[in-house]
Amino acid sequence: MSAAEPVPTIGLEVHMHLKTRTKMFCGCKVEYDVRPNSNVCPVCLGMPGVLPVMNGKALELAVRMALALGCTLPGLAKWDRKHYYYPDLPKNYQISEYDQPLGVKGCLDIETSQGPRRIGIIRVHLEEDAGKLMHAEGGGNYSVVDLNRTGTPLLEIVSEPDVHGAEEARVYAETLRQLAVYLGVGDCNMQLGQMRCEPNISLCIGADAQGKPRYTPISEIKNLNSFRSVERAVTFEIARHREEYEADPAGYTLEKQGKSTRGWRDDEGVSFLQRSKEEAHDYRYFPEPDLVPFVPDRQWVEEIRRTIPDLPEIRRRRLINDAGLSEYDAGVLTADRLIADYHEALAEYVRDAKMAANWMMQDVMQILNERKIAISEFPLTPQAFGDLVNLVASAVINRNTAREVVLPRMLATGKSAGEIVKEEGLAQTSDESAIEAIVDQVLATNAKIAEDYKGGKKAAFGRLMGESMKASSGKANPQVVKAILARKLGG
Amino acid sequence: MAVTDLTACEIRKAIAERRLSAVEATEGCLRAIGRLDPKIKAFLSTDPDGGRRRAAEIDRRLAAGENVGLLAGIPVAVKDNMCTADGQPTTCASRILGGWRAPYDAHVVERLKAEGAVIVGKTNLDEFAMGSSTENSAYGATRNPWDLGRVPGGSSGGSAAAVAARLVPIALGSDTGGSIRQPAALCGVVGMKPTYGRVSRYGLVAFASSLDQIGPFGRTVADAALLLRATAGHDPRDSTSVREPVPDYLEGLEEPVRPLRIGVPREFFSAGIDPEVESVVREALAVYERLGAALVPITLPHSTDYSIATYYIVATSEASSNLARYDGVHYGYRSSDHTDMIDMYMRSRAQGFGDEVKRRIMLGTYALSSGYYDAYYKKALAVRRLIRRDFEQAFAKVDCIMGPTSPTPAFHVGERTADPLAMYLSDVYTVSANLAAIAGISIPCGFTAGGLPIGLQIITDVFTEGRLLRIARMYERETGWTKRAPPIVEDAA
Ligand SMILES: [Zn+2]
Repeated sequence: MSAAEPVPTIGLEVHMHLKTRTKMFCGCKVEYDVRPNSNVCPVCLGMPGVLPVMNGKALELAVRMALALGCTLPGLAKWDRKHYYYPDLPKNYQISEYDQPLGVKGCLDIETSQGPRRIGIIRVHLEEDAGKLMHAEGGGNYSVVDLNRTGTPLLEIVSEPDVHGAEEARVYAETLRQLAVYLGVGDCNMQLGQMRCEPNISLCIGADAQGKPRYTPISEIKNLNSFRSVERAVTFEIARHREEYEADPAGYTLEKQGKSTRGWRDDEGVSFLQRSKEEAHDYRYFPEPDLVPFVPDRQWVEEIRRTIPDLPEIRRRRLINDAGLSEYDAGVLTADRLIADYHEALAEYVRDAKMAANWMMQDVMQILNERKIAISEFPLTPQAFGDLVNLVASAVINRNTAREVVLPRMLATGKSAGEIVKEEGLAQTSDESAIEAIVDQVLATNAKIAEDYKGGKKAAFGRLMGESMKASSGKANPQVVKAILARKLGG
Repeated sequence: MAVTDLTACEIRKAIAERRLSAVEATEGCLRAIGRLDPKIKAFLSTDPDGGRRRAAEIDRRLAAGENVGLLAGIPVAVKDNMCTADGQPTTCASRILGGWRAPYDAHVVERLKAEGAVIVGKTNLDEFAMGSSTENSAYGATRNPWDLGRVPGGSSGGSAAAVAARLVPIALGSDTGGSIRQPAALCGVVGMKPTYGRVSRYGLVAFASSLDQIGPFGRTVADAALLLRATAGHDPRDSTSVREPVPDYLEGLEEPVRPLRIGVPREFFSAGIDPEVESVVREALAVYERLGAALVPITLPHSTDYSIATYYIVATSEASSNLARYDGVHYGYRSSDHTDMIDMYMRSRAQGFGDEVKRRIMLGTYALSSGYYDAYYKKALAVRRLIRRDFEQAFAKVDCIMGPTSPTPAFHVGERTADPLAMYLSDVYTVSANLAAIAGISIPCGFTAGGLPIGLQIITDVFTEGRLLRIARMYERETGWTKRAPPIVEDAA
């Protein structure tokens, strides 16, 4: 036995609700926080005689996520029944995909404090969610069940055991959520139960005589519903595994104890045993005879692939490497897909990603923050806003006029930047003789400052610039003013 | 002539010509039910008030000149495993669904209503359609109208007996392994299992989803054709229902199929067949020969040797899953003497299901269990494909396949209840059509010396119901067996 430090080996199962209007196999609405048992029908209640009909939108979203994770689509999506008795599952079987999942062999790149990591994805498959069972308040001897959630389309994403620590587990879950939100696949609001994480934790404890790695028993923590609890539960489990292993190195192994299922008490910060290996279920999977196997059309899949936007990480890297943005700016501009889309459209229109980024960071983001609105509610299209940016770039107005005068009027009136500049006579002048006359005037009235500058006070140049711009009512082209001033002062 | 002696097609014509009202037709059936059903016990529930109301409404609409539909005013019975939302029970002849009221209409029930039919009641069956004699009903056995000491066959024995005793002209049944054709044969009526996917299963309480198919009973081929036409067609609520157009099965029904090559499988006349059944069926084949058909000896090597075993693995596996929902939690029977949740599940199911249903749930649960799945369920699916291939190869050479529907005529009540295997063999000639998902029909082709009806089974390829009905009609026109009524009807008249 080597004395090497045990290495945490963690795989995650993540369940997320897909963003569909209706349930997986019936026409009931998917809604949260509505009266219990209000969104139910004979189909999702599992009444005698009902049959499921697949929700095409759920399939589309699942394909979208699978493609974004780089998965291969094996070409045949087949449904299976997974049997277990529980009052929140009216049919006492769940329709799922067992041996032929929708997508296989993908990966997700994540950014941890230790640097980038690539986490393999074993499979992505669709299934239906169960309802919610609530035990009577005040210790009554009964339970009540809410079947609104029954039949909600659920995507299960199973990772390879490539995760090696609590932080990585959290970042993996966060990145998966960001991706799903970015793709419009799911809202993943964890408080609403739209995303649940189940890490499978084990420690690699060296290798046997044949060089095969040895592990501590796998423990699966069920139903974690916050990123914080993912990190805490994994931290707790790693420590627990370590303790158990140190206490009994010969007995606390995967071969001897297999896999167990544990719950997590968030308030106490401890996990507890729910089911040991001996009690493992036989789910008696078999192909769902009420649904026909589905072969996703190749062209349809390619169409979905085409509509997948660049993923946040790819966009972020591109802004840093190609457009020379700072890490911070690139992060802000790619965190939200619609902001990233807006920036991209603006950059294309003004043909300068960096300039577009400056305007986004200094003007657009500020307005969004002030008004507490989302980019989708920002009144100007990237083209309308780009016209303003272009007026500055081509020196028709200066940056200050654009920001202080034109932009507020655009937002207030809905008029175009060009119209406002024309109506208000804001176009700046580059007429050298006119500007020279203004500069001469300024130098005459500010002779003292001009002397200071010539005497070596470099800051005095700025004051003379300011005075000249003021004298032109802001309309003089600052570049021309600067050139003339410099010439006159012999700089 | 009593209205109950009319066929559905005759009632349809009489109503269209205003010689008969829908109310008269319904009253006639209700009277016959009142008179004979206490002996036959074909119905689990009747709806006289609803039926009368509905018939009166149809008469009003007909008087107003409306087009009321294909089945305007025709009384119909529905097997009690199809959901009806009108407040009548849907029990599947099980204690576990006692008192349950379906909140929705099955697709076929919607179709019947849309075509103007009057549903007068719901018929008895083997519990959850599991059986071949209608003895496995929690609410008592149905009797064969030709001999009240004998079974009507099953599981759609109630519908078959109701049509045979002229309580209704037509009825719906469901056929998972022969549950329409076998009781049709034993009761001397026409019963058809359409191609899998021809009629929507939405609202048919599932027994074995990949085998179940709804089909018509009638005293004549034309009546079966009429009811099939009214109920067949694609339904978006059933993903396994097929987008295949529904032809008018009555049109061209009188046209014989020529040339006609009839496949006669060696395996359908194997050991175990009753000699009277064999000779009557061979006579029927001779009739076809006289009509110009060619009899072609064929073989379906997997269809009899393996079909019963394959069927009882596939059907019980699916049943064990489909019946998992009856747990006393959300609806139906719940035990009152349980101690906790698991105990409630166990007691509700133990008290709610009958023995045959429990036997099949256990068989299916075993076949699907980890470690057995490959040896049983997966193997059965592979054999199922071989059976399907047998038929494909046969249909390359012949237009249809014929043989007996059941190896024996109606047996005595109680005769096979203690021997499930003997009971299972009642379906030996019928299950393979379900496994192959093709169409089959049973038509009356004669009687035993003791006066029990015998059925001829005709099988054709998928979605060829039109041709199947024409082939059946050729024989019916030539022989007239379908005109004979059981003595109980004649005594009552
Ligand atoms: Zn629903």
